[in-house]
Amino acid sequence: MLLFVARRIGLLIPTFIGVTLVSFFFIRLLPGDPILLLAGERGMTDERYAALLEQFGFSRPILVQYWDYLVGIFQGDLGTSFVTKKPVLTEFFTLFPATVELSLCAIILATAAGIPAGVFAAINRGKAYDQALMSSALVGYSMPIFWWALLLIIVFSGWLGWTPVSGRISFLYFFEPVTGFMLIDSWLSGQEGAFRSAVRHLILPTIVLATIPLAVIARQTRSAMLEVLGEDYVRTARAKGLSPFRINGLHALRNALIPVTTTIGLQVGVLIAGAILTETIFSWPGIGKWMVDSIFRRDYQVVQSGLLLIAGFVMVVNLVVDVMYGLINPRIRHQR
Amino acid sequence: MSDATLDREPQAVDDTDRPGPFREFWSYFSEHRGAVIGMWFFIGLIIVAVLADVIAPHAPNQQYRDFLLTPPVWMEGGTWQFILGTDAVGRDILSRLIHGARFSLFIGVIVVSIAVTGGITLGLIAGFFRGTVDTLIMRLMDIILAFPSLLLALVLVAILGPSLINAMIAIAIVLQPHYVRLTRASVLNERTKDYVTSARLAGAGPLRLMVVTILPNCMAPLIVQAALSFSTAILDAAALGFLGMGAQPPTPEWGTMLAEAREFIQRAWWVVTFPGLAILITVLAINVMGDGLRDALDPKLKRS
Repeated sequence: MLLFVARRIGLLIPTFIGVTLVSFFFIRLLPGDPILLLAGERGMTDERYAALLEQFGFSRPILVQYWDYLVGIFQGDLGTSFVTKKPVLTEFFTLFPATVELSLCAIILATAAGIPAGVFAAINRGKAYDQALMSSALVGYSMPIFWWALLLIIVFSGWLGWTPVSGRISFLYFFEPVTGFMLIDSWLSGQEGAFRSAVRHLILPTIVLATIPLAVIARQTRSAMLEVLGEDYVRTARAKGLSPFRINGLHALRNALIPVTTTIGLQVGVLIAGAILTETIFSWPGIGKWMVDSIFRRDYQVVQSGLLLIAGFVMVVNLVVDVMYGLINPRIRHQR
Repeated sequence: MSDATLDREPQAVDDTDRPGPFREFWSYFSEHRGAVIGMWFFIGLIIVAVLADVIAPHAPNQQYRDFLLTPPVWMEGGTWQFILGTDAVGRDILSRLIHGARFSLFIGVIVVSIAVTGGITLGLIAGFFRGTVDTLIMRLMDIILAFPSLLLALVLVAILGPSLINAMIAIAIVLQPHYVRLTRASVLNERTKDYVTSARLAGAGPLRLMVVTILPNCMAPLIVQAALSFSTAILDAAALGFLGMGAQPPTPEWGTMLAEAREFIQRAWWVVTFPGLAILITVLAINVMGDGLRDALDPKLKRS
């Protein structure tokens, strides 16, 4: 098992180096002089230009720059935002919990609804439920979620007035963040209505972000279940006279879940891509909106480091998924 | 092969009901009712796109200043002049949607062509030559795949500058690794088979072996992937357009139309609803068609 983990990590190292190269060259491939971009429309004096050139080190040989960049990464120095002048890493960790909270809620919703839907469809294969469920899954899978978000806003915020349109909590409440997770913080604050407000803000973004993973998980669960239901041991269980619930729930589902777990893990990339759109629409202060805003503000230091942090995060999550897959499925771990 | 077959005249074998490849494909494909509907919708969309200038009741960018935010015809205040209503500057939404079909199909075709060509070439090279080239190509693809696709596309567009062409290039780059992996995997599967060895012994050079001998036998998964990434390309391009990094206004691209409509969501639902519906139905049709293609082409899933 250790060998398996070590091999997976070994495979990640070249990819990680590649990712640092991409984020390093990103800022240098941009059209125009990065320092002049920094100045914006105001322009700057020659002395200031020289000072900044020195500060950012753009005048040194490219290899030296890259080396310094790598050293900086490992010392936790990811530069400072051009706009807010705060360290990028600090900004990232302030906003990151918001994205994690939203993504966690979305993946929980997607799993909690997707697995039962898939199992149910597989058991009733070919019947009306199955067709209805799988058609809706296909619609969900094809959904342009930015439009879906707008539709939900029109109906639930506009016509029905049930949910707020943007942000994480109403402006009426203010408390110091403890964990960064609004649900927990609002609960801890003890202020009346704060928790409810946080939940109400979370509902629509969660539904929007969960839509595609939900469809993928339901489809994957259904096909995994169908495969397993044809196996001999399921027939044996049936022949033994076990109750359908025991057969489907215990014998079949447990094995069907193996590929489904991987699918769930692989949704992290999808969630981040979805978070970019969802957070932008709902003004959710997470890293997706942060990246989009930074691109528009031309805050390229943030974009550069954000790319690296997000890719690093996705890589780590994928590694964890891989390792977990090896844990639950020994066949994978002993494969070369 | 049994003796009975050998005894037959070759002519007799030809006369049996062995369906041609297309007939066989069609019989599997048409079993999937949704896929056939999806296909007809797609064909309809192509016709609409080609004939956009003839079909569309108005020019896509013509502004009717007396008809700002006119609702669709079935609502109070709607008029037959603008069946799906008008947007904030009085442009006919139906006409814009019809012209938008051109952009979506164009995006799909171009993005898939770039991604397929690049992906197949790299995948063939990696799978056929193995060794350092293989490692190099595959690690490069791993790097691309390490980034969430939309984020990488956004950043690429930030480098190249926001426009429809650059958005298409960015999406093609992001989609490419899937083709490289698929091609390489099937090349690895095929290259040691007897027919390849015999072609090699017959003196076929590497280029002929790759393109003429091996590639045709790797096509099935690639065709399925092409269909599925056609819809991904349309979705991602619309998403980039929505974020302001794709086609720029006043282009009647569906995602860009949505972005322009965002501020009117509380006042005029039709401005927001129809472009998104167009994206959804198109993507859905292509995905259903892709499912049907997979069932019909993928030998692993084919009921023998």
